[in-house]
Amino acid sequence: MRRSMLFLPGNTPNMLVNGAFLGADAVILDLEDAVAPSEKDAARVLVRNTIRYMDFRGCEVIVRINAVDSDFWQADLDEILPQKPDLILLPKSSSAQDVLAADAYIGQKEAALGFAPNTVRLMPLIETALGVENAFSIASACPRVAALFLGAEDLTADLRCQRTKAGREIEYARTRLVVAARAANVDVYDTPFTDVNDDEGIQTDAAYAKALGFTGKSSISPRHVEVINRVFSPTQKEIDYAYEVMDAIRLAKEQGRGAIALRGKMIDAPIVARAEQTIAAAREMGLGREDRA
Amino acid sequence: MNGKLVKTIREAISLSGLRDGMTVSFHHHLRNGDYVLNQVMAEIAALGIRDLTVSASSLFDTHQPLTDHIRSGVVTGIQTNYMAAGIGREISRGILGKPVEFRTHGARASDIASGQVPIDVAFIAAPSADHMGNCSGKFGKSACGSLGYAYPDAMYAKKVVVITDNLVPYPLQGWSIPETNVDYVVPVEAIGNPAGIVSGTTRITRDPVGLVMASYAARVIEHSGLLKDGFSFQTGAGGASLAAADFLKKIMLEKGVQGSFGLGGITGYMVDMLQAGCFQSLLDVQCFDLKAVESIRSDPRHQEISALHYAGPSARSAVVDSLDVVILGATEIDTEFNVNVHTDSNGYIMGGSGGHSDTAAGAKLAMIIAPLFRARLPIVTDHVTCVSTPGRDIDVLVTQGGIAVNPKNGELRQRLLDAGLPIIEIQELKARAEGITGAPKRLPRGGREVARVLCRDGGQLDSIYHTPEEAE
Amino acid sequence: MTEIVRAASAGTLESSDAYVEIEPAGQGIEIQLESVVKGQFGESILAAVRETLAGCGVERARVTVSDRGALECVLRARVEAAVLRGRGDC
Repeated sequence: MRRSMLFLPGNTPNMLVNGAFLGADAVILDLEDAVAPSEKDAARVLVRNTIRYMDFRGCEVIVRINAVDSDFWQADLDEILPQKPDLILLPKSSSAQDVLAADAYIGQKEAALGFAPNTVRLMPLIETALGVENAFSIASACPRVAALFLGAEDLTADLRCQRTKAGREIEYARTRLVVAARAANVDVYDTPFTDVNDDEGIQTDAAYAKALGFTGKSSISPRHVEVINRVFSPTQKEIDYAYEVMDAIRLAKEQGRGAIALRGKMIDAPIVARAEQTIAAAREMGLGREDRA
Repeated sequence: MNGKLVKTIREAISLSGLRDGMTVSFHHHLRNGDYVLNQVMAEIAALGIRDLTVSASSLFDTHQPLTDHIRSGVVTGIQTNYMAAGIGREISRGILGKPVEFRTHGARASDIASGQVPIDVAFIAAPSADHMGNCSGKFGKSACGSLGYAYPDAMYAKKVVVITDNLVPYPLQGWSIPETNVDYVVPVEAIGNPAGIVSGTTRITRDPVGLVMASYAARVIEHSGLLKDGFSFQTGAGGASLAAADFLKKIMLEKGVQGSFGLGGITGYMVDMLQAGCFQSLLDVQCFDLKAVESIRSDPRHQEISALHYAGPSARSAVVDSLDVVILGATEIDTEFNVNVHTDSNGYIMGGSGGHSDTAAGAKLAMIIAPLFRARLPIVTDHVTCVSTPGRDIDVLVTQGGIAVNPKNGELRQRLLDAGLPIIEIQELKARAEGITGAPKRLPRGGREVARVLCRDGGQLDSIYHTPEEAE
Repeated sequence: MTEIVRAASAGTLESSDAYVEIEPAGQGIEIQLESVVKGQFGESILAAVRETLAGCGVERARVTVSDRGALECVLRARVEAAVLRGRGDC
């Protein structure tokens, strides 16, 4: 389960070594924007060692490498892939070709390292106008793609508009990405909320992202992690309802009935699918009925 | 009679009858901005008086000239409740013949009151005073707010000298220490540097680990069973402690909890809690920032208390006895929950109990907030370098890697578990930290005792030994 | 074998980091260590530096480590980065 993903600067030891303690479901060790060009080499080695030696204790490890139009991305992958990160976040993914270039390189490395194909998944970071328009072809470029990820800061620069707290300017990109990702059957993650001190703003922004269909949300501040986790967790009411749905189905099956109603409403396939998702998420958080026994 | 006003500190010292072998005292509300201790000690040295004991409620690095007076034999004994790292390092190297006596804030007040620690001459740095000696910390360019730690000195010293940089017409309104206690008043240019006395604002940490710990700390309080109407609370001025207070404020407001009082060294965050309705009053023995000073000056709910009233173990009752929750720090904590706040992990003195042991003993829930490791040093050890506060008085340790509950608190442990908080055994925290840092080699300690840590209710808790120069 | 051909450095003096300087030397490995945790970890730091240098194939170098309490994985990374920057084949 990935509700929250926290960016950690790749050349800052104090942050990296505490990454597992900050409450995020996943950490993104950043070799791109957080690292000056002259420090790329040192950061790469530091991030590689951090993954190799630190115990992230159930916290997923994602590495943001440099973009495929940079001089750094292959060296990044050479250093990082042997440590088997869970995901590679690929910045400035604007087309399926960008993704396929990374996919091919990772594939070769995987084979050489003796990893099963698609062990290390890709998460294209969509942060250009072209990337938004190509969202579906990016999401479905290859089986390695696990999710889409929206980056609003670079995107609004590309769109030549102001990035605002309300986020009206990224409305289209957000909905477009959700639809494209769902159509390609992959997850989709929202851009960070950048005002570190606005506790209400992050709550509103995260709730809105969830309402649009995002799987989770990234963050540049550990302060936001708790809110994001809460917003993207199923509520007790949702969990209880999901179990009721599953109970009703079991009962109907035992009684050989076809159509099933719960609280006067027909239970159809989408409701069942949603109930299953909710229970799966609840169980991952230890909130399932089975966990309470 | 107008005979109290004297022109110079030197004259006041002479009039006080100070002689070789006596004890002089100072209070620390001017903190690292204090000029008075250095001014007085320089005059004492110039007068050729020697072999003195300095009893200071705390010593800061601005008091570094004290080490010269030690070397020259002017000062041969030190009693204090806290010693900053600069002076501490020299003491740890053994410059003083007699061990330093460390007390708690409460114990110092009680021992002065009982005469166990007699003070010959007390020097009171007063941000405002009249010529008869009524004085206060609330007004003047060097305003520091409360003068709580100076009360026992003023009440029980044989002679009391008030030194002020803001002499006002008699009678000073809103005095803290009355003229009945004061022998001499000396006007000076400045008693301190305002920039070092109180900080403009004490700031909440932005350190992510600090925030995680603060969030856990607030949730421990929320689920402790103590957070209900009448709740009382103290926290230090460290970044994570302040962040915990901020989280706690939100919880109290959400739940509509009407607390009773906030205690201690008071920061602007506690003032915010008072103003937001979290507490009925603040009981203030020392102000940490300008907002606290402004509040104690203008808000009658914000009350000054003496060190004895705050934490005196011999008092018929002290406020710490009514305290629900205190948040405290640690440089080390061992698997028996003993806490060290006197030395760093190399054995150098860099702190002291202050009110640590007093509040831990009094509070229903004494909580330590400390990171699993600082740089490469794990916080949890098998045996702390120095026992500052005994483990029996500590209830909970909050780290970013989980929360350890003292085994004596089975019920609290269960409450926190039920609330879904990450409870972990303290031995397991130690193992986790060492898994990250590696196991540190225990340093050999020197053979000579350089300080004694005294229990708040008598007797000696531990010794601090000298730390030889590293062999390079 | 990796030859150190120029003076180079990596890391910072921030808490939890280490600043490592490396320069060419006539023969052998010479390490100067300054550390806030020298008493607790001095020997293990020296061993980690030596091991990292050996792993990089460095047999001749003068190395200065200013350690601010770096974890071993950080220390090793800084040594390795300094080698990368000071070696001949790049």
